Amino acid sequence: MAAPAKNTDPTEARIAHLTLPRGGWSEAARADALARLRSTGLPARRDEYWKFTRPDLLTQPVAPSAAIFHSDEAPIFGDTAALRIVFDDGVFNAEASDDLALDHVKIERLADTDADIHWAQGVYGVLETAGQTPVARPLAALNTAFASDGVLIHVTGAVPKPIHFVYNHRDEASDVILHHVIRMDKGADVTILENGPAAARFNKVMEVDIADGAAFHHVRAQGRDHERLAATHIFARLGAESTFKSFTLTVNGRLTRNDCVIELTGDDAIAHVAGACVGDGDFHHDDTVFVTHDAVACESRQVFKKVLRNGAVGVFQGKILVKAGAQKTDGYQISQSLLLDEDAQFLAKPELEIYADDVVCSHGSTSGAIDEDALFYLRARGVPASVATDLLTLAFLAEAVEEIEDEGLREVMVDRLEGWLERHRA
Amino acid sequence: MLTIKDLHVKLEEEDKQILKGVDLTVEAGKVHAIMGPNGSGKSTLSYVLSGRDGYEVTGGSAHLGDVDLLELEPEERAAAGLFLAFQYPVEIPGVGNMTFLRTAVNAQRKARGEEEMSAADFLKVIRARAKELQIDADMLKRPVNVGFSGGEKKRNEILQMAMLEPKMCILDETDSGLDVDAMKLVANGVNALRSEGRGFLVITHYQRLLDHIKPDLVHIMADGRIVKTGGPELALEVENNGYADILSEVA
Repeated sequence: MAAPAKNTDPTEARIAHLTLPRGGWSEAARADALARLRSTGLPARRDEYWKFTRPDLLTQPVAPSAAIFHSDEAPIFGDTAALRIVFDDGVFNAEASDDLALDHVKIERLADTDADIHWAQGVYGVLETAGQTPVARPLAALNTAFASDGVLIHVTGAVPKPIHFVYNHRDEASDVILHHVIRMDKGADVTILENGPAAARFNKVMEVDIADGAAFHHVRAQGRDHERLAATHIFARLGAESTFKSFTLTVNGRLTRNDCVIELTGDDAIAHVAGACVGDGDFHHDDTVFVTHDAVACESRQVFKKVLRNGAVGVFQGKILVKAGAQKTDGYQISQSLLLDEDAQFLAKPELEIYADDVVCSHGSTSGAIDEDALFYLRARGVPASVATDLLTLAFLAEAVEEIEDEGLREVMVDRLEGWLERHRA
Repeated sequence: MLTIKDLHVKLEEEDKQILKGVDLTVEAGKVHAIMGPNGSGKSTLSYVLSGRDGYEVTGGSAHLGDVDLLELEPEERAAAGLFLAFQYPVEIPGVGNMTFLRTAVNAQRKARGEEEMSAADFLKVIRARAKELQIDADMLKRPVNVGFSGGEKKRNEILQMAMLEPKMCILDETDSGLDVDAMKLVANGVNALRSEGRGFLVITHYQRLLDHIKPDLVHIMADGRIVKTGGPELALEVENNGYADILSEVA
């Protein structure tokens, strides 16, 4: 039986709603990205890495509207001294942002097409392109082609304070594509903070090129808007003895897909990627991680913890690829879920592919409920059931949160988790 | 202090009666011991009193002072002054021992309408109590019971007892898994807590713990009932002759 002919190709239908920015240094990269997108098409359910997460909401031509969430919590990282760069529905807000000047760093905007940003040409879309093999990431190609803005950061030394992206969501129908590029010179050191829901639908790419001996720290909190959608990608390339550490906190959100693609290309590099998410109800969170070891004696860690209840769904797809010659690799991967009731669901696909013979790689994935014995023990000492459950839940999340090196930032994350748990007691 | 009357308990999941009419009164300031063969219902009694899930009370009552224990949640029983030293203390990865104890102490104080203990006061008290039990600072910082030896776990139970200052302490086979030195240390900890206002119920298989924690009365439990009560000499009788004689005598 012949398949019925499609009236419209979904990829073309999506492209038809977008405008390709013209002119400037990024034009060629955008044209290439559009060609990549057309060659693979947008993700579909049949694709190997989209079996657990339905891509249709992320790929349909128009973003479904998402209500704006009003929180009485103080803005996250509000007390952290940082250089703030604010976007309202993806539009740069110069008034709310700090002056884009800081020692040892040059900050420009993608939308500023006249700027002399030759260095960015060597990175923009380049790491994304490399990250399309062996697994296609069409939403990232779409992003490179159509990104309306983003921040280009060239780090030349140790930056004195974090650079903080704030993504406000103001319009219920906003559909936003941002693309950041961070290039770090030898020995440079920077911390990037991100928070906010950004839009009804947010597609974000961050490419991070880390030269030898440089250190990149990243802590983000994805916004609390219940109905928001987000598809984000991080593409990182690490030189010798460099460090990459990224942590993501996700509370709420109808659909979140976070891809992290890391390539260890220099010896003795370290890459840690971690995430803690908590979901109650209409919540689907997908962490898809791909770490490639292509150098000697590198260390990678993937630590993902999910707390789910009331129909929430968590997905983890994590791969460690150790290429031939990447001897003395130390790879670790753990993905765990705490299911607070019988309606929650966790789907995990850990993968190891190893072509070197002198490596240590371990992985584990578990799914479970609150430990009844531990709960009774705490209660028998006088701790009320709700407090005991929160204590055990935070303990479960601790391994992921502890991946954040900075104690102050770690506490910010724990505070937010405590607040969420208190608000979402059974 | 603790008054148990005609307590009947069955397992929730299966139709199996474990306690078949337990009568027991422990007065303030007294130490009572319960001995008995395996499966006689000793541990069940401790779990039912502390409020563990999985048991159904089919008859009788249990009061701590005027408080009807069986009506309360486990945390409410604890706040009312009941403490169970577990036979198998639970390991809780990710929760620091100190955080756990401070949360417990203050939760109980809050439940009783008392003022919470400040961090500084708490630290002062716990350091002193820990020292008496030879619990070092490292053990206080580590996650609750994780990686503790058998002896360390039991000492940690006694430390919790000392910090929570309960009215009624139940020790469920606290001697199991302890060598002689560790048992002495634990017994000294318990003896230090003996006072006029506090009752103890010591559940044990063996008489040797009772050499160190001297009981006022010894009860023999068999098949879900207390079948014989006597002075400390009853424990010696068990030690020398086993349970068989006593059981045939009361049968």
